[in-house]
Amino acid sequence: MNYKTKEKIYEKILLTSAFVSVITIILIGGFVFKEGAPLIAKVGLVKFLFGTQWFPTSGEYGIFPMILGTFAVTLVALAMGVPLGVSTAIFLAEFAPPKVTRVVRPAVELLAGIPSVVYGLFGMVIVNDIIMYVERTYLAGILKPEYQRGYSILSASIILAIMILPTVINISEDAIRSVPNEYKEASLALGATEWQTIYKVLLPAASSGIVAAVVLGMGRAIGETMAVIMVAGNTVAVPDSIFAPVRTLTGNIAIEMGYASGDHVRALFATGIVLFVIIMVLNSVATFIAKKGVSRS
Amino acid sequence: MSVKTTQKMAKAALWTAGFCTVAVLSLVIGYVMFEGIPHVNWQFLTMKPKKMGSEGGIFPIIVSTIYFTALTLAIATPIGVGAAIYLTEYTREGKITKIIRFGTEALAGIPSIVFGLFGFAFFVIALEPITRGWSLLSGALTGATMILPTLIRTSEEAIKTVPVSYREGSLALGATKWQTICRVVLPSALPGIVTGVILSIGRVVGETAALMLTLGGSMRMPGSIFDSARTMSMHLYLVALEVGTKPALDKAFATATVLILTIFIINTTANWLMKHFIS
Repeated sequence: MNYKTKEKIYEKILLTSAFVSVITIILIGGFVFKEGAPLIAKVGLVKFLFGTQWFPTSGEYGIFPMILGTFAVTLVALAMGVPLGVSTAIFLAEFAPPKVTRVVRPAVELLAGIPSVVYGLFGMVIVNDIIMYVERTYLAGILKPEYQRGYSILSASIILAIMILPTVINISEDAIRSVPNEYKEASLALGATEWQTIYKVLLPAASSGIVAAVVLGMGRAIGETMAVIMVAGNTVAVPDSIFAPVRTLTGNIAIEMGYASGDHVRALFATGIVLFVIIMVLNSVATFIAKKGVSRS
Repeated sequence: MSVKTTQKMAKAALWTAGFCTVAVLSLVIGYVMFEGIPHVNWQFLTMKPKKMGSEGGIFPIIVSTIYFTALTLAIATPIGVGAAIYLTEYTREGKITKIIRFGTEALAGIPSIVFGLFGFAFFVIALEPITRGWSLLSGALTGATMILPTLIRTSEEAIKTVPVSYREGSLALGATKWQTICRVVLPSALPGIVTGVILSIGRVVGETAALMLTLGGSMRMPGSIFDSARTMSMHLYLVALEVGTKPALDKAFATATVLILTIFIINTTANWLMKHFIS
């Protein structure tokens, strides 16, 4: 075999490996849809998405409580995690002396590296105990008894807020750092204070990156499974309070997959389709926003 | 409120935010280690688990975790590095790279439980004759698809930092493109690629949801890649949630401590590599 043929073969092998990720994403979509779509067709899309009854044994498959549960924990988590994350990002980009950065940055990295089950364990033992104490001591008269066990939207959100911090911090910090120095210098030269410069110049200029960070953090929170199962209580019911136990879409799959069979398995795959679609939409939005920001500046 | 006061307050608030982030991390790690360290000892690391993991140690689970991680990397690394070489050395930005990049980015965002569903339907059920159903192999194939995006991105960055003059020098001496890649580009990019691989180890070790549907969950010592197994993260979950008694929770905290230490070592090694070989 001469070297030219060999070179061609190597190139083909490399091209193939480059396409593995594309093939995988098609396979993932394909398999999850193939397994789940028949059930959605059988139950009816509207009934599947907006039905509030989930009784797999009697053939009732409505995932509305899980969709609400997912968005509830995600939004409360964002409400806590985003302000802290963005502030930390501003701090790292603008105020932190190198010595402090050397502590904070590895801390953020480690925060990103800790397995979700460890967060779950922490939440299950500590956060839930604290929430339960609050529920029983201060809110005992107001809350239903089943809302006084600690397992709740609130505790799941606290854990998720911690888990999305690294995503929010890293991407926002990049966005803030990529604002051209001239903007800042011009603002400071005009007599603005550091805070005015941050608030009126840096943040608006970095806004698309920060929004992308929030959307990606949201994706992470929606997709998180183990930590949420361990703290959310997993009751299938439309939540009506922040202290209500909830089940998320991811939790639904992980909890029931172990013993499901027949249509029940298909219903869990169908839950996967909903999750897949939500995440694909969110990621496209994030990419779109990030690209728009780049082309504008 | 005067401008100066606002400035001072804002600065104080931002310092507090930075402090809070570190405090949260210290709280999580501190608490878990505080509960776990008293139960981590030689027996715990070298004995078999008993009574669903609420007694005994985690030795077979540590071995499974190592097997699983090694197998996942053995599958994913060649593909990831190959993809990165193709993207940097063989194409210009165009339609093909756009498709590949879209695929990689989409893959990076998929929740792990969806990988689990896919792995279950494809590797566990459809490919059962090859993978023997729930097994280390099925889990590793699933895990490999999950770390592919990280591997491709980090390897690409590492290969891009190799100066063009190196390639030109090699090509000018009459080396073929493949020889140039193998003997010049890859060796110079090696520390960066290794860093990417080490970071992927962290992800593999911490993964749980996808493995719940593909790895099987046996506590026994795995004899081959076709055996069912569980990793430390999975063990932590199963012991804490499905057993849940006080001694089981102690073991869960001890497992969590071992996991945190493993991740800490992985991060430190990656940082050290980055500092000493890549600048």
